[in-house]
Amino acid sequence: MTHPFTAALIFALPLLVILAFVVMALIEKRRGGNVGAPGFFQRNGTPVAIFLIAATAFWALVLIVFPQLYMVDYSFHPKLPELKRGGPEDHYTLENYRYFLFGSTQNTDHWNTTHLNAFWITIFVSTVITIVNFAICYPLAYFMAQVAKAPTVLKLMVLLVIPYWINEILRAFAFRILLGTGGLLNNVAIALGLIQEPIDFIGHDIALYAGLTYAYLLIMMFPLYNAIESLDHNQIEAARDLGAPWWHIHLFIVMPFAKPGIASGATLVFMLCAGALAAPLVLGGPKTLWFTPIVYDRFFQAFNWPQGAAYAIILLLTCMAFVSLVMRLFKVNLSEITR
Amino acid sequence: MSSRLVWKAALGFYIALFFGFLFGPLVIMSVTAFNTPSYPQVWPFEGFTLDWFAKLYDDRNLMEGLVNSFIIGAFVVALSVPLGLAGAIVMTQIYSPARSLYYLIVVSPVLTPGVIIGISTVIFWKDVTELSGAQSLFNGVFLATLGQATFISAYCMLIFLSRLQRYDRVQEEAALDLGASRTQVFFDILLPFLRPAIFSAAVIAFLSSFENYNTTTFAILANKTLTTVLAGRVRAGTTPAISAMAVVIIGVTMAAAIAYETVKRAELRREAARARAG
Repeated sequence: MTHPFTAALIFALPLLVILAFVVMALIEKRRGGNVGAPGFFQRNGTPVAIFLIAATAFWALVLIVFPQLYMVDYSFHPKLPELKRGGPEDHYTLENYRYFLFGSTQNTDHWNTTHLNAFWITIFVSTVITIVNFAICYPLAYFMAQVAKAPTVLKLMVLLVIPYWINEILRAFAFRILLGTGGLLNNVAIALGLIQEPIDFIGHDIALYAGLTYAYLLIMMFPLYNAIESLDHNQIEAARDLGAPWWHIHLFIVMPFAKPGIASGATLVFMLCAGALAAPLVLGGPKTLWFTPIVYDRFFQAFNWPQGAAYAIILLLTCMAFVSLVMRLFKVNLSEITR
Repeated sequence: MSSRLVWKAALGFYIALFFGFLFGPLVIMSVTAFNTPSYPQVWPFEGFTLDWFAKLYDDRNLMEGLVNSFIIGAFVVALSVPLGLAGAIVMTQIYSPARSLYYLIVVSPVLTPGVIIGISTVIFWKDVTELSGAQSLFNGVFLATLGQATFISAYCMLIFLSRLQRYDRVQEEAALDLGASRTQVFFDILLPFLRPAIFSAAVIAFLSSFENYNTTTFAILANKTLTTVLAGRVRAGTTPAISAMAVVIIGVTMAAAIAYETVKRAELRREAARARAG
């Protein structure tokens, strides 16, 4: 149980924001003189209007805003047994964040290298995988969107849609069969005499990185295809007629046009990679560094929920930073990314 | 001319490589389900067997997880489709200075890692159910439904929004002029217009719920779903029984995806025909 004042704040703040907007809307309406314009209730009819407001409020507030704010508050509390929560020992503290940085809730002598390294590696590898996925998908997306004829596109589309829905865990498992020490790749390589000893793909994290690349390939594909598809082919023809080399056409015509699609694919792939849980659990070796399993362990091995909440918020902030960076870099807005 | 040929060959090679990468691992996994050795092995293929499938039948945990997955999936569809619909309609009518904040909030679950949604759902509802004395609600099926609905509603909303962009308000005006009430307009004009989107949203909601792991693994608490049982098995050890399960799941998913695409195409064609006739 959190402090009553904070609890009040968590619930009251969003309501105050809504109230402010309602008041602004009323004032504007009065000032604009169009009092006769139909209001929300007249426009939809009372029963429907009530459903719309109730459903949206339930979703936006009860499912999205309240739990997130509550988690933020929770992460600033110490871990306490159930009975002591809300008691005198339950004060605001930075210890959960301190633990992430220094590996101790008390002193700040040493950096928490295990967790920090995992964090940086997760960000770095997720970024690399995002770029690699773009490089793999771009040629096919371009081919389907601009070059291929309709029946071919339809066939390729069906081939892409089918594996799209296959479970993440099964994809990871497939890579384990492929790359395990007794896996197909090792067996074949040994039989061909290429190697004497099996290569430990899992222990060296190669399996994990390959599995992540594989798992989110199609997440990049579809936004990219949709964006390139809406480009007028005449623009490409015109550039070609004017003597532009092929890489010019891609770099200065197709890619700038497809920016929203690229941004959309990139944010989704990065977010899914950085937040991936199944792949690291299945394909990670004993020394694998990935951030999400550490968050998972805060809950299921350390049984330290406030610390887990703090780690979750660190991950959330990272993803938010990445999204805003991409939006800044590509000069696109949120509605273009989530189309 | 020969450089064109080289390009063509390179393109063909790349496409073959792409789809090989996409399907190869799945095919290999499927083959191991029919091979006799107790470690999933494709090659050498020692003998054809269906024993690994027979083992699935007797697996009580797995069946319990499967039932829960269906229950949660049905709840999520029942919750997310109306929420997404309401969210989309409100988006088209909301007071414009509030719109960007509103959009940011309702679309944020799409860009939030699933584990975070799962964690915040558990933390929030644990205290809420405790304070309100409704402890019986603190169970896996209820929490998984709420956690999944948080972001699946956003998928549904995006589907409805793209359909609403093509909505012609003239129909509404006509109905009102002819004496229909606002409520009648909603049920007799808007909902029929949105029918294909409702269908799409329901299918996508169910599939997303069924295959979700990241949010569910936190929100499911002591219960289990098919994916959490599956994850436990995969972590515990690599056996062909998992491959057999994979073959079943892939088969069912593929059938569902193909059925969905077929129905959607037929609907689109019917609509195009109606547009031509009208």
